[in-house]
Amino acid sequence: METLHAVFVAPWLDMWEAPVFFAEVFVSGLLTGVMYSLVALGFVLIFKASGTFNFAQGVMVLFAALTLVGLMEKGVPVWLALILTAVVMVVLAIVIERVMLRPLVNQEHIILFMATIGLAFFLEGFGELIWGSNVKRLDVGIPEEPVMIKGVLLNSFDIWAAAIGAILVAGLAVFFHKTPIGRALRAVADDHQAALSVGIPLKTIWIIVWSVAGIVALVAGIMWGGKSGVQFSLSLIAFKALPVLILGGFTSVPGAIVGGLIIGVGEKVAEVYWGPLIGGAIENWFAYVLALVFLLFRPQGLFGERIIERV
Amino acid sequence: MLYRESGQFKTSYEADQAILPIPQDRWFLMAVLLIAYLVIPAVSSEYMLQAVLIPFLVFAMAAIGLNLLLGYAGQLSLGTGGFMAVGAYMTYKMTTAWPDMDIIVVFLLSGLCAAGVGIIFGIPSLRIKGFYLAVATLAAQFFLSWMFNKVEWFYNYNPSGTITAPPRTVFGHVVTGPEATAETRYMVALILVTVFALIAKNLVRGRVGRSWMAIRDMDIAAEIIGFKPYQTKLLAFAISSFYCGIAGAMTLFLWLGSVETEAFAINISFQVLFMVIIGGLGSILGSFLGAAFITLVPVLLTNAPQLAGLQMATDLQKHLEVMIFGGLIIFFLIVEPHGFARLWQITKEKLRRWPFPY
Repeated sequence: METLHAVFVAPWLDMWEAPVFFAEVFVSGLLTGVMYSLVALGFVLIFKASGTFNFAQGVMVLFAALTLVGLMEKGVPVWLALILTAVVMVVLAIVIERVMLRPLVNQEHIILFMATIGLAFFLEGFGELIWGSNVKRLDVGIPEEPVMIKGVLLNSFDIWAAAIGAILVAGLAVFFHKTPIGRALRAVADDHQAALSVGIPLKTIWIIVWSVAGIVALVAGIMWGGKSGVQFSLSLIAFKALPVLILGGFTSVPGAIVGGLIIGVGEKVAEVYWGPLIGGAIENWFAYVLALVFLLFRPQGLFGERIIERV
Repeated sequence: MLYRESGQFKTSYEADQAILPIPQDRWFLMAVLLIAYLVIPAVSSEYMLQAVLIPFLVFAMAAIGLNLLLGYAGQLSLGTGGFMAVGAYMTYKMTTAWPDMDIIVVFLLSGLCAAGVGIIFGIPSLRIKGFYLAVATLAAQFFLSWMFNKVEWFYNYNPSGTITAPPRTVFGHVVTGPEATAETRYMVALILVTVFALIAKNLVRGRVGRSWMAIRDMDIAAEIIGFKPYQTKLLAFAISSFYCGIAGAMTLFLWLGSVETEAFAINISFQVLFMVIIGGLGSILGSFLGAAFITLVPVLLTNAPQLAGLQMATDLQKHLEVMIFGGLIIFFLIVEPHGFARLWQITKEKLRRWPFPY
């Protein structure tokens, strides 16, 4: 009875009695969720365009952040360093397409998936070989002082991150729906062969998609790097983005956003109110279990395309 | 010339259905086994056994397990490390609770525990497929390693949180614990792997294996012709986790001697996945080849600079290692996406006509 009360009643009472604290937890969960969405977005872009589950996205985040910090440590001004890093990510996309994707065209998904894991190892070693493996501070001039909004204490860095994330998503939406390249990208995502037959160059599209994913990784890298320092553990946020993906659906950009928010909030709330009951540190797996339970009811995720099977 | 089966006639169904129908293959396997059982323990150094051969056997066991699930039943799992942890921790719990029980029996029982856990985490496989399933199995990985870290009962409330293999004997030989020699542990691991590889080979040749492959190739079609997808998939998860559990128990008792949950982290899951893919999906032989490759390459990379007479800073070398490892994986996937098992097959085809290919 005692435990049942502690599990099912007490947390809700806590929330009711201290609404401001709950709001703080909730909003900080939302803001973390935006960061997860940013990483998940990179996965979705590549999965949509090439059907490849790009495991290296997390390491791309690390790699972009490392490059940015490395350049800034060399004395390059922030704006130039940002541009240079973006260029590096585009070059990386071209090299990946040339060396890895092209020879593996038409292979099974699992093979491509393995190749991206290989890529993850490679980039990790390469990035740390060039820029070293110490923890680095990343400061691109985003303010970090705490602010009070209607009595809720927030970190202005998180708000900036959320705003930048929102702008990025809006920008991507415009890019996908209003530009010719965006239309070509959606065509490829729909059907590779049909896209090829109307003359859309698949190779160029892949380069573009990987470049965009690289730049999304750069933005995510700036946010996460600014928050927790640039270090190897940055690449592990890929594991945080995966439940976001299955919750939102692999093929949906809005899914990545909503999924990220749900996971961010769910994780924070569960950690604060239920975590102490079972020993804490449940953040690592809670998102997965949440996503897993969700999958049992909706296998394609919230916004994923319906899985239709033909025999 | 040497490898040619012309003139070999089979006069019974048994001969036709043998695992290795061609005598040359049988002799080759016999030779390999003879070397593994007699020559290697006699000539190998302690370092060789401890750092190369025992991990190879442990990972071969895990790779066979994952190959049954992924290569034969087509269910992608990233929870291998978690299932290995179940094997290791349950073996530890059982052998400390009942010290008189034979350690091999304990191994098998903990394998069964891992199988049970595998069934639980395999339940989503009926509803979800492909990468969705892979991510779902990550839940097993993270949840299990959290559980073995947090619940003190699993490591007998000891303050360091590590579990250490107590000394146990089989037929009067000390096989685990600090006193056990590397040779004994190697022999025990080798016997386990041989027996279970044989069982796996026969499983996949028989009814069970065929039902797995039917599900793998197209589950709806398989269901229509009468295979029950739920039972088949769960059986695959159970047997695969059983193998992984035994591999985990071997990690603790025959290889490392004392472990924390870190030893079964997500990296292990990926390594085993690499072994299966690089070795060849749907091939028992491939599991061995893949395990050999993935365990040998890091050892070679670590020792290569010294052999070449180069002096390198350790962190530099570490990064280079990771980088070359990743590069090699991409390289092998590009050169032969079907893995070493296919290369072996091609070699055999070539050998058949050698030295007169026309």
